Amino acid sequence: MILLWLECDADGVSEISLETVAFARSLSAAGGGIAIRAAVFGDVPEAAKDQLAAHGINEVHHVSGPAYDAYSGAAWASALQDIRERTKCVVVAAAGSPRGNEVVAHLAARLDVPMAANVLSFSGLSPFEVTRQVAGGAALEDMRLSQRPALLTVAGHSWTASPTEQPTSPTWHEESPDVAEEDLVARVSARGEAKQEGSGALTSARVVVGAGRGAGGPDGFGGVIELAKLLDGALGVSRVVTSLGWRPHHEQVGQTGSRISPELYIPCGISGAIQHWAGCSSSKTILAINTDAEAPMVTKADYAVIGDMHEIVPAVVEELKRRAG
Amino acid sequence: MVNVLVCVKRVPDSSSQVVLTPDNQAVDGRMAGYTISPHEECAIELAVRIADATGGRATVLTLGPSEASEQLRTALSLGCGAAVHIEADGVAFGPADVAREIAAVVQAHAGEGRGYDLVLLGNDASDTGDFQVGIRLAYALGLPVVNGVSTLEVADGVVSAHVDGPDGPETYSVPAPMVATVLEGGVEPRYPTLKGRMAAKKVEIETHAATTTPAGSSRVELKLPPPSPSSVEILGEGPEAAPAIVDLFEKLGVR
Repeated sequence: MILLWLECDADGVSEISLETVAFARSLSAAGGGIAIRAAVFGDVPEAAKDQLAAHGINEVHHVSGPAYDAYSGAAWASALQDIRERTKCVVVAAAGSPRGNEVVAHLAARLDVPMAANVLSFSGLSPFEVTRQVAGGAALEDMRLSQRPALLTVAGHSWTASPTEQPTSPTWHEESPDVAEEDLVARVSARGEAKQEGSGALTSARVVVGAGRGAGGPDGFGGVIELAKLLDGALGVSRVVTSLGWRPHHEQVGQTGSRISPELYIPCGISGAIQHWAGCSSSKTILAINTDAEAPMVTKADYAVIGDMHEIVPAVVEELKRRAG
Repeated sequence: MVNVLVCVKRVPDSSSQVVLTPDNQAVDGRMAGYTISPHEECAIELAVRIADATGGRATVLTLGPSEASEQLRTALSLGCGAAVHIEADGVAFGPADVAREIAAVVQAHAGEGRGYDLVLLGNDASDTGDFQVGIRLAYALGLPVVNGVSTLEVADGVVSAHVDGPDGPETYSVPAPMVATVLEGGVEPRYPTLKGRMAAKKVEIETHAATTTPAGSSRVELKLPPPSPSSVEILGEGPEAAPAIVDLFEKLGVR
C-alpha cells in the first residue's frame, strides 16, 4: 500500500498535493492496483473530502487534536510513522513542497531509511527505481530505493492533477496518535498575518512578468510592474536582482526562490541561468524579451522579442491601453 | 555568549552549464568552479551576527575533499572564528552518512567543553538537493530542529526562529541547543574584507578523518536531461514588436 501525506489550503487539497496523488495512481496501477491511503492533518475543508474521492484515494487518515493544532515537523512525522506502522504501507510520499520535503525527511531520520526528494518518475517496482531532479533540475539522478518503506517527495509540476475515471468513496479514519514531548519542542508558537504581496501571489499567478539584470537598477522595474498589473499578473525577478537588493527576496523565481507554473511567463532582461530556469521551466508558455538572441532564456523560450526591455515593455503597455480603449 | 556551528558544502557553481563526472556519480565543477549554496551564505551571515552580538564564536564545518578548505577559508574571512574539516570523499557520503559524521564532531566538541548552542545548515544543497542532512543531524544529536529559517535570534537560552510559512510568517521558540536549516532571503550575506581575508589565512583548520565507512546515497547514476532543440519563434525586434506581443496575449487569452 501507498501512504501519501497531503496538504490542504483554504480551497481544498493543494494543487501540488493532487499532482502527488496522480503520481501515486500511476504507481498503484503499475503494481496492479495497490491501495492508496492519504494522511491529512488539522482543519480539512469540505471540498477536500470530495477531491480525495474524485482523485481515487481509498482510505483517509485525518489526524487532529491539541498536539497537531500547530505545525511541528517532528510531531507530524511521528503521527505519519504511527499510521505507516499500522497500515504496513511500503511507500510513503508527499509533494516536493517545503513542508512535504520536511515531513518526509523527519520520517526518514526516524526510520533511518533513505529518502528521494523531488522525484519525477519511477522506472521499475522491483527494484524500486526512481528518477529525481538534482542541481535545480539541470541534472537527473536515478536512485534505487531498496529499503521499506521507500520514502520520496514528488517534484512540483511534474505530474498533472486530474480526477480519476474510477472515483472512490474513501473510508475516513479520525485519529489523534500520542506524541512524545520531545517531538513537540520545535513547533510553531506564533503566526503573523500573511503579507499581501507575499510569494503566494507569485506562485498562483496566471501571468508572471519577470525582470533580471537587464532592469539596470532598483528604479528599472516601473515598466514591468505596470505590465504585470495590466495583465492581472505578478512580478518575478532573478536571483541577481534580489542579491543586489533591487527587489525583495519573496519576488525571486528560481532554485532558491519560488517555483512558478503560470499560463504565460514573460522574462525581461533575464539571461536564463540554471538557477532561474529551475524556477520557471514549468511555465506553459514563455515569451522572452532580451537584447541577446543567443541568451539561454531566448533559445529555451516559445516566443521571443529581441531588444531592450526598457523600450519594448512601455510599447506593449501603450498597445494594451490602446486596445482597451 | 552563543556559540554557533555552521555547516557548509563545497558544490559546483551552477551558474553555467552542468557537466557530469566521467563515472556519472557527481556534477563536475572543474570547469565552472566551486562555491557554497546561497542558503549557506545566509547561514554563515546569521552565525556570524549571532556570535558577534553575544560575544560567542561562529565555527564553520565542512565534510569534503581537501580542496573544500577553500570554502572554509571563505567562511573564516566572513567572520567565522574557527574551522573544522572532515576530510572525506563527499560523493560517496549520502545524507545520513554526512549527518552522522557531523554529529560525531559536535559530540566530541561537547565532551571537550566546547559545545554549540546552535547548529545551522542550508535548507538544501544546490547540487544533490537532498533536503534532509539538517534534520538527520538533529535526530543524531537528539536535538529539536526548525527547517527553512529566514532569521533567528537567541535570548536567555531560547532561540526564536522565523519561517516564511505557507500561510504567512511563523515563529518557533525553541530552547538551545537546537538545529536550524536556513533559507536564502532573510539576511544579506556580507562580502569579505581584506582584513578578514588576512585573518582567515592565519586560522588553523581542525581536521578529522571520517569515522565510518559511508553507506552511500542509493544513487545509481546521474544523467543530463535530453537536450530540447530550440523551437523559439521570434516575434520581432524592438518596440515595433509590441502589436505582435499583444496579439499573442489575446491568442493565449491572458488579456
